[in-house]
Amino acid sequence: MAAFLDRSHSVAGPGFSRWLVPPAALCIHLCIGQAYAFSVFNKPMAQLLCTAAASCPPAAAKAISTVPGDWAIADLGWIFSLAIVFLGLSAAVFGRWVERVGPRMAMFTAAVLFCAGLLIAGFGVSIHNLPIVFLGYGVIGGCGLGIGYISPVSTLIKWFPDRPGLATGTAIMGFGGGALIGAPLAVALMKHYTGPTSNGVAPTMMTMAAIYFVFMTVGWLIVRLPAPGWRPAGWTAPTVEAAAARMMTTRSLAMTEAVKTPQFWLLWAVLFLNVTAGIGVLGQASLMIQEMFGVTVAAAAGFVGLLSLFNMGGRIFWASSSDALGRKRTYMIFFALGAVLYALTPTFGHMHAIALFILGYGIILSMYGGGFATIPAYLRDMFGTQQVGAIHGVLLTAWSAAGIAGPVLVNYIRQSQLDHGVAKADAYSVVIYIMAGLLVVGFICNLMIKPVTEEHFAKATLAEATA
Amino acid sequence: MAQNPTDKANTPQVILGWIWVGIPLAWGVIVTLQNAVKLFQ
Repeated sequence: MAAFLDRSHSVAGPGFSRWLVPPAALCIHLCIGQAYAFSVFNKPMAQLLCTAAASCPPAAAKAISTVPGDWAIADLGWIFSLAIVFLGLSAAVFGRWVERVGPRMAMFTAAVLFCAGLLIAGFGVSIHNLPIVFLGYGVIGGCGLGIGYISPVSTLIKWFPDRPGLATGTAIMGFGGGALIGAPLAVALMKHYTGPTSNGVAPTMMTMAAIYFVFMTVGWLIVRLPAPGWRPAGWTAPTVEAAAARMMTTRSLAMTEAVKTPQFWLLWAVLFLNVTAGIGVLGQASLMIQEMFGVTVAAAAGFVGLLSLFNMGGRIFWASSSDALGRKRTYMIFFALGAVLYALTPTFGHMHAIALFILGYGIILSMYGGGFATIPAYLRDMFGTQQVGAIHGVLLTAWSAAGIAGPVLVNYIRQSQLDHGVAKADAYSVVIYIMAGLLVVGFICNLMIKPVTEEHFAKATLAEATA
Repeated sequence: MAQNPTDKANTPQVILGWIWVGIPLAWGVIVTLQNAVKLFQ
């Protein structure tokens, strides 16, 4: 088994089509993207004891549960936050290991960890023990998320040197699409397992672990690596001059050297600011449209679903467009257009122009997704392909930081506005203008990114020679 | 070069691979769109 999973046994043979690698990557990303839909478990998990006692408030009531010992929604929010933190940490810590062992072993490990995380969380729910749920989904599942996120991306970049944006966009689109599958699947399973004294959360998590393991297994079975030196038929690597004109390097920098460059930290800031602006609003989208336009809870859920579609579509659209536009220009569009749209949305609210509001937020969310999907290709342009997975892994700590900063920023500012007597419908305006400001800072950071200097490549060559 | 992978996107394995990931994704998109319709009702 260990030999089968080994890097040397996953090199593609004659007749293998590189177009089989995007579905392999999607097998992993469509599953781990379920993390975005984890909030569907929050309300049922906050009603475990009252369901068992058959004394829950009616579904339409806003109160969650009055039974002592039932978990609070605020505590349950930490499960997703922990998973995102461990996604970033594990991607950073295991990035070099992923490059060393190859995609099959890495994707297998991701499947085991992510599905074990779901299983353990299900067990924690069944015995009503929240720390076990934190450990299962947050820590173990989060490590599966991190390893599963970077491994297919790094493999696709190696297979598609001619279209890295399209390739990484396809995989990362899957992470966005995972929520579209994970949410209705969880709802359908909970409905199936609901009984007189159980709302079916634990068996749903365990069943999803089994389904996802089978789905992810197809991914690690079919994935292959190209042989060293392989390139697509008819494609020639750009000359040093042509590559330099597009801010691309023709060489590779090790992760340890890449993190010493200002370019890495500017890209870290670019990802952090883009994600902070998007994630803060994504988490509040349902409440925001209800308070600004007075729509029903069901309609607000439809709005969140639409944003998920834009988030998913933006990943493939913007990442593949960046192959033609260039990465730097693509991020310029994200930050400039994003800041303008953010600044306009309170006006759309005051005008009661709901269609413009939805379209505006849809485009913003498409660029939020596009930011995730384009960053691996940007890293590849800056630092080369050899250790792009490891470098991407370290960069994903920006996502972890934004996962905490975004919601905290939005909640804190909104609460402070409400405490100062601002009307609910207007409380979001200040938040939105601050988000627009963050995007302006991101624009400046992106503007400052220049090609990596010769000095860093020389240092890397010297280190290799003396090693 | 020892290995010679192909660039053909229409091999049976590739088509099966895309069907395998395409069906759940299409289902998720349809369910999401059905819910989104409520926004305009």
